Amino acid sequence: MVEKSVHEINKKIEDGSVNVVTAEEMVGIVENLGVEGAAREVDVVTTGTFGAMCSSGLMLNLGHSEPPIKIQKVWFNNVEAYSGIAAVDAYLGAAQISNTRGIQYGGAHVIEDLLRGKEINVHATSYGTDCYPRKVLDTTITLDDLNEAVLLNPRNAYQIYNAATNSSKRILNTYMGELLPNFGNITYSGAGVLSPLSNDPTYETIGTGTRIFIGGAQGYVIGNGTQHSPSSGFGTLMLKGNLKEMSPEYLRAASFTGYGTTLYMGIGIPIPILNEKIAAATAVRDEDITTNVLDYAVGSRDKPVVRMVNYAELRSGSVQIEGKDIPTSSLSSFKNARKIANELKEWVKHGTFFVSTPVERLCCEGSAKPMKQTQAVPLVKDVMSDFIVTIKKDQTVQDAAKKIWENSFNHLAVVSDTGELVGILTAWDISKAVAENIFDSVESVMTKKVLTCAPNEPVDLAARRLDRYGVSAMPVIDTQRRVLGIITSDNISKLLARRY
Amino acid sequence: MKIKICIPTERIHNPIISESIIETGILLNIMVANIDSTYGELIADVKDSRFDKIKNALESRGAIVAILDRPIHRDEEECVECGACISVCPMNVYAFDENWSLCVDEKKCIQCGMCIKMCPHGALKLGE
Repeated sequence: MVEKSVHEINKKIEDGSVNVVTAEEMVGIVENLGVEGAAREVDVVTTGTFGAMCSSGLMLNLGHSEPPIKIQKVWFNNVEAYSGIAAVDAYLGAAQISNTRGIQYGGAHVIEDLLRGKEINVHATSYGTDCYPRKVLDTTITLDDLNEAVLLNPRNAYQIYNAATNSSKRILNTYMGELLPNFGNITYSGAGVLSPLSNDPTYETIGTGTRIFIGGAQGYVIGNGTQHSPSSGFGTLMLKGNLKEMSPEYLRAASFTGYGTTLYMGIGIPIPILNEKIAAATAVRDEDITTNVLDYAVGSRDKPVVRMVNYAELRSGSVQIEGKDIPTSSLSSFKNARKIANELKEWVKHGTFFVSTPVERLCCEGSAKPMKQTQAVPLVKDVMSDFIVTIKKDQTVQDAAKKIWENSFNHLAVVSDTGELVGILTAWDISKAVAENIFDSVESVMTKKVLTCAPNEPVDLAARRLDRYGVSAMPVIDTQRRVLGIITSDNISKLLARRY
Repeated sequence: MKIKICIPTERIHNPIISESIIETGILLNIMVANIDSTYGELIADVKDSRFDKIKNALESRGAIVAILDRPIHRDEEECVECGACISVCPMNVYAFDENWSLCVDEKKCIQCGMCIKMCPHGALKLGE
């Protein structure tokens, strides 16, 4: 049995005799020396990750103006921060987007610009009090002008993260990047073998108070992250570090097309090898870390699992789905993760970084709950018109015109002899047919590619589809393509009128 | 070389490409083709030595031909070498080397711009 203490390891760091390796190197060491040998030989294993971490932000203090102001609302380069804290404190979230530049520029970009020494415009407003009489403030600041600039990240360094793909027929713009139609690609995130929490999955050494590498500086774990969900393998960390000590090499703003802004964070966590159990955990390889490939075509909280996959497969460049090789893209940089693990290794080796004992262990059981919703989400079936006029495809255009006129109904669902939806015909289509002197069958003038929806879909999804494709109605169909009703922009307007 | 052939609306119903290929006997390797009832745009590969001849044949039929000489440009400072560009590129311009550095094979690029939208760091653009 090998038993070491953090105190003993720190003594070795101090006198320069410490043996520190990266989590990537540890795999081979455990293979060669066995768990016990590795635990005896190695004192510290360093991990690293560098990827998009939306749940990041900057807590800052501006100092007092003359005359003083109690800031109620504040913008940095037109990106709003939250200032309902005290007079001149604010929290700038990485994912907040600019009022003027949209998703091209957000909180993350302000944070990177500050770090690069750029001047930032500040605009603040207030209601005014006897002690804080000022109502408006405009100034420019740099990082040096702030009293505190603390990166305070509520949820970073996911233990694992789902990979993403897209079964639909159109490109999806997501926080997992651009997902090509018909399973055109798979995107994933995380550093696999180097991933901090994957190397300490039961949180033996990573806990509240653990000293870490964050953005090129020394910072701390301050607890579990929000949405910490250890029972499903989705542990997360809440982190803090001093922006003034960081480097733009390890902190970079990003913007995902059609989605929004985020911050790429470089995080490294040292794992003191106190015993065999910890040594064994740090020998984890890419092939041991599994995750699910989810279908992002489903715009719902529960996305279907397409298949299970491990990081060795993801990092190989392609993954098979239904017998086809699908190219993969990483959204996090393995090269930078490796650089971070190596940088941290040098710090420990040269006695500038000491490992720590957590003051409190992180919870290693439990799951994040979904949102409690007290208002039922209206479904398509709740607002659709179940009165629907259908027509057979071989009837004439005149039959169709008559049906529309008799029923005062703008949309005809065209059905086959067995009752399946095959097309849609609108009053507009008939006008066009008449204008062009076409009086053949309905089939020749109907729209064949019909947008449809299911009765149990939330109305919001149906509304988004109507809007995206610029159509005024969609037949509601069951799994056999039988028409159950129709949802029109009219139905949705009525729903909104009821709501407000 | 890579060329872009635009077929204007009024010519879209004529078999311009086929006629030009038959007339000149020059083979075009069509890499991207977006053609609908209103407009056509193709990107093709053709031997440098045959370019003038096929250009004349296409343009005499009303197509507009341009040489694509703005290969993709990567801002190495901005790029974090994540590899997001790899899976969306139809021509495999991007790949990792054994050190997980990103390699760019500009010669393969057909300038479709997919990678530009994908890059989270705005590090890619078509050069001038």
